[in-house]
Amino acid sequence: MTGWAPRLRRGARLGFDPVRRTPVVLFPEGVLVLNSTAEAVLRSCDGAATVPEIVSVLERRYAGVRAEDVLTVLRGFAARGVIQPEEQA
Amino acid sequence: MTQPPLGLLAELTHRCPLHCPYCSNPVELVVRDRELTTDQWRSVLTQARELGVLQVHLSGGEPLARRDLPELVSHASSLGCYVNLVTSGLGLTEERMADLAARGIEHVQLSVQAADPARADLIAGTRAAKHKRAAANAVRAAGLPLTVNAVLHRGNHDQVGAIIDLAEELGADRLELANTQFYGWALRNRAALMPTKAQLAAAEPIVRAARRRLAGRLEVIYVLADYQESYPKPCMHGWGARQLTVAPDGAVLPCPSATVINTLEFENATRRPLAEIWYESPSFNAFRGEDWMREPCRSCERRSVDFGGCRCQAFMLTGAAENADPVCALSPHHGLVEDAVQPVAELPFVMRG
Ligand SMILES: C[S@@+](CC[C@H](N)C(=O)[O-])C[C@H]1O[C@@H](n2cnc3c(N)ncnc32)[C@H](O)[C@@H]1O
Ligand code: SF4
Ligand code: SF4
Repeated sequence: MTGWAPRLRRGARLGFDPVRRTPVVLFPEGVLVLNSTAEAVLRSCDGAATVPEIVSVLERRYAGVRAEDVLTVLRGFAARGVIQPEEQA
Repeated sequence: MTQPPLGLLAELTHRCPLHCPYCSNPVELVVRDRELTTDQWRSVLTQARELGVLQVHLSGGEPLARRDLPELVSHASSLGCYVNLVTSGLGLTEERMADLAARGIEHVQLSVQAADPARADLIAGTRAAKHKRAAANAVRAAGLPLTVNAVLHRGNHDQVGAIIDLAEELGADRLELANTQFYGWALRNRAALMPTKAQLAAAEPIVRAARRRLAGRLEVIYVLADYQESYPKPCMHGWGARQLTVAPDGAVLPCPSATVINTLEFENATRRPLAEIWYESPSFNAFRGEDWMREPCRSCERRSVDFGGCRCQAFMLTGAAENADPVCALSPHHGLVEDAVQPVAELPFVMRG
């Protein structure tokens, strides 16, 4: 995971749903309704920031951020096809 | 509590230049003069977004057969929806694709019928194969992600490896290898389409090796042959749970094949607001939750995993939609499925109309 700098996959984009009043991520296979932390994680997936860098960005905004949790969230998004998987780093 | 839907499958038309015998469209196809008008589709899309729909799959039949497709794409996209085009690719020129992309299509799913043109054209019932490459190139030129979809059956299972190579050549981001689900024309052709045990066993290592080889370049999804599994699929993630389908004539359905359940009355988007249909109609509420379940599902631990399988399959095969999907080995009707997978002599296809 050291070099993993996750980015959204082609065809995936973040949005805001005025009906549900929540952030969402839209991608070819589906839609995920996001909470604000999940949104913040995805927003920092710019293809440049590595996982430890993403963690430190989040630490500035949220209390009690744990690196393992962030990694779990990222792997979940990769499994759903939202971000590029880690083996490609 | 019923949640708002996330997805809309808009079956714009049943018209199609292909005649795939595996087609999941209903055997009684909606004719052109019963199709919704442009304004009616616009209204369906607007209402769907207000109801919570975020992803619209424009499908059919062949969605490119609708002359107002560009307008409907613009409309769905302006509402903020993610718009998918599900197509056979016939008629998808580079110009047309560029226009549709500019109007808001964000992803294209392109079907192929087999790996080599002769076999593919035989299955499509027309000269379809030669259009696929141009269609795929057009999608890539527009900079959109491409999913190639191949429906697998007895007549093309031996080409799984070559279909994977074809998807790679076409520059796909994803490949869906979907064993035929037996609805509509596919159910009519079930005996001719049923893959053999040997075919399924042979495909497995090929798919596994391809996944490893192509990891990160081409994602390979394999949809199981549910008749040959012990438990049913979690059909639609539950009835009336996440998605709705609007048929070409405006019928509003919990799943694309729901009209087979002729004990239910389905409402029409031209006569009742979509939100009322989603939340209040007897058809959408018929199999929500678990109260409708019979044994063995009612007391089964897997009921929250698979929701008792597919209601349409239960109805078509056992005569009652409340029964367990007979694909389930625990179903008292499972013998029907065991019989259906028995090898038969090769049969001719009944081509889709
Ligand atoms: C009904 S088609 C309509 C769109 C277009 N005519 C096409 O075939 O691509 C929608 C998608 O379902 C797939 N499909 C059709 N019949 C199927 C079946 N019996 N089981 C699984 N997938 C099926 C098609 O390959 C296509 O990707
Ligand atoms: S599956 Fe084949 S016949 Fe059915 S709508 Fe698609 S292209 Fe037409
Ligand atoms: S008995 Fe019903 S709930 Fe249990 S596995 Fe079979 S279909 Fe699913």
